[in-house]
Amino acid sequence: MVLQKEMIANHFERLARAPETGEPVVYTFVPGNLTELIRSFGALPVLPEINALQSGMRKLSGEYIAEAERAGHSEDVCTYVKCDIGMMRSGNIGPGGKKLPKPDLLLLSYTGCYTFMKWFELLREEYDCPTVMFHVPYQGDGKLEPEHREYMLRQLREQVIPALEKATGRKYDEEKLRHHLALSAMAEEDLVAVLQAGKKRPSPIDGYFGTVYYVGPIFSAFRGTQEGVDYYRALREEVEERAMLGLGPITPEGPLEGEKYRLVVEGPPNWTHFRDFWKMFADEKAVVVASTYTKVGGTYDFGFRHDPNDPLGTLADYCSGCYTNLNLPSRIDMICQYIKEYEADGFLINSVKSCNSFSAGQLMILREVEKRTGIPGAFIESDLVDPRYFSAANIKNRLESYFQMIDARRAGKTP
Amino acid sequence: MATRVDGGMGAPMARGAVVEWARDIYDDLDFTVVRQWLEEHPKSKAGGYLPVYAPREVLHATGFLPVGIHGGGDRLEIIRGDAFYQSYICHLPRSVIELAQSGRLDMLSAVLFPSTCDVIRNLSGIWKLLYPDVYVRYVDVPQIPDPGAAAEFWAGELRRLLDDLGDVTGHRPTDEELRRSIALYNETRKMIRTLYAARRERPWDVPTEELYLLLRAGESVAPEEFIARAQQYLAAVAADPKRQRDNSRVVIVGAFCEQPPLGLIKSIERAGCYIVDDDFLLGNRFLTHDVPTDGDPVRALADAFIRNDMKSSVLYEIDPGGKRSLMANRVAAANADGIIFATPSFCDPALLDQPMLRNGAEKAGIPCIAFKYAENTGQFQQFREQAGTFADSIKLWGAA
Repeated sequence: MVLQKEMIANHFERLARAPETGEPVVYTFVPGNLTELIRSFGALPVLPEINALQSGMRKLSGEYIAEAERAGHSEDVCTYVKCDIGMMRSGNIGPGGKKLPKPDLLLLSYTGCYTFMKWFELLREEYDCPTVMFHVPYQGDGKLEPEHREYMLRQLREQVIPALEKATGRKYDEEKLRHHLALSAMAEEDLVAVLQAGKKRPSPIDGYFGTVYYVGPIFSAFRGTQEGVDYYRALREEVEERAMLGLGPITPEGPLEGEKYRLVVEGPPNWTHFRDFWKMFADEKAVVVASTYTKVGGTYDFGFRHDPNDPLGTLADYCSGCYTNLNLPSRIDMICQYIKEYEADGFLINSVKSCNSFSAGQLMILREVEKRTGIPGAFIESDLVDPRYFSAANIKNRLESYFQMIDARRAGKTP
Repeated sequence: MATRVDGGMGAPMARGAVVEWARDIYDDLDFTVVRQWLEEHPKSKAGGYLPVYAPREVLHATGFLPVGIHGGGDRLEIIRGDAFYQSYICHLPRSVIELAQSGRLDMLSAVLFPSTCDVIRNLSGIWKLLYPDVYVRYVDVPQIPDPGAAAEFWAGELRRLLDDLGDVTGHRPTDEELRRSIALYNETRKMIRTLYAARRERPWDVPTEELYLLLRAGESVAPEEFIARAQQYLAAVAADPKRQRDNSRVVIVGAFCEQPPLGLIKSIERAGCYIVDDDFLLGNRFLTHDVPTDGDPVRALADAFIRNDMKSSVLYEIDPGGKRSLMANRVAAANADGIIFATPSFCDPALLDQPMLRNGAEKAGIPCIAFKYAENTGQFQQFREQAGTFADSIKLWGAA
């Protein structure tokens, strides 16, 4: 955690100094981020979702959202977008406490989320800067065809790379890209070992609340960097040591001992009350052993690794495989597989108001997973960064009832 | 129950009779005209599509009757649909699910889900799970007007769709058959453009309530029948001119997916507004120019989409100034006085676009109001008051 804090602080410090140092800045999104490509041009990535969730955790998002709504943004739409726009209109002070630089390029990797398209159209209005669209076909049929991959490759060659060359003033250097991709693969290998530690009993990690911290570096600026490699090596060693000692995960209240419930969670967390939310689980000794949200930036635990031998092809494969780019049946298969392989005895959906990409269809997911696994699911509702949509009492009640139901099932009192 | 009016489609017909024909089809949530058509065409099938853009020519050429699926509006009680969607998701998908779960869509052998938003996208996955015997496809249109990679991608998608739909009906169309379908939909779009031009020029003669009903009927009948009825309607309108009123001319923006209840359209008109442009049922005129009927027909369809100058919230706007100028352009083209942003609640495409569009409109000095609706909204008094005040303010103070 200390190492991660240091890395992220350094990154935001570097971003703050970018107007003086001349380092180009590229804004992009977590799912389908092309960090290695951005880095190969010597540019620094900014991920607006990360800024928004950080604003949520720092209790700033409510005011940012209000600012955006005063400017005409609907109460019905994604609060990440409104938080980002509100933050920008309030001085654009980033998570590091310093002003974020303006983008030299908005790299709209259109991967698994319709709102991304509108988000960058809105930011383009605010920043008046160049934007390049990278259309990643959705896996509507559960797979992509070779032509879809070729379409992505052509866009990378004909649209994205020229836009990066223009924005940074540097030529595309495939060797540099290969170098970053090789570093990515190393970090991904260690990340997967960390994620799969959740299969152990007790699990040495929390695969949702704890893991959003673990995936932070690889989902944001540090994929394809030596810092990322070092971080994931250290994290893996720490987790493996905890596993060897039979220790449970670290929670905000300290180490969790006596794991009682093993859960799989679908959907993003609430960020405005993140610690309270986590504590509701930890107090009941419920450990999330696997989650889908921690796969929005890549489904590495299903085998994908960035391949330096196929630099652009591997970027296309990466983007198309991000969790929200998978169709509903594939998402259900993944959840069922997690329940089986991680020996979960519960399944919970946190449905967030903001995110239709995740939320539309989750009640169908709930029914299908229950039908296939025989495990009853729980369904709670909150939001990403709008504090108005977090009802602690309701969520706590529902969780307590759910855990009681699991107890009853274990005792054979219910079918 | 709506029945198709057989024969005499070229014969004169009173305006009221055409409108009632359309209204019957609109009101009929059992899609009786579609079922009748299937009985009369036993080798053909019915293929549904959701808003906004799906290539109807491809459905038609492979032996499908293309059928627009626009929910049950305010005529359907939602019982099963609510079990599929949280309260913060728009009304359309729960209404579509309700239609399907109650057996009203059981005549569809295929359903296309266009890349309108994540809700419709994910509904394609729900459909795959609920109806494994129905052909389901998410129609992922290209997002940049690139005549190279994007056109090739879209041509590939269209070819796959032709193959798959051909498998369902057992009819793989020849190039000539596809060209004939393209020509037929060119005619359909031309007729829609004619209807819109007639309303723009003489909105007192072509009330939007009537135009809308006609277009909705066109989503359920064969294109030839729609064209014939539209011709009868236009002839009847010419023979039955109405008196012009001192109404304000408005453009409706934001209603391209979940459709407003008819009562809302009527309320706006009765409040003193002539609707002179709108984006209702936008998919029926999404291609703004004729698709060439020579050469490779698939490539012609793909290129037509790429060259298309339709501006819509469901497509990426490549022009950085495009959103800012769009409303002024539309208002000028329609010779309108103002804009009503009428948007379905929780509609991501419309609501995320609205700040950009409205800013552009207001900077151009165009009066605007905005409200939200759901397809099953039943109370219209507030809309009528709002639209009435808006119309009055335009008349009193002009564009100030």
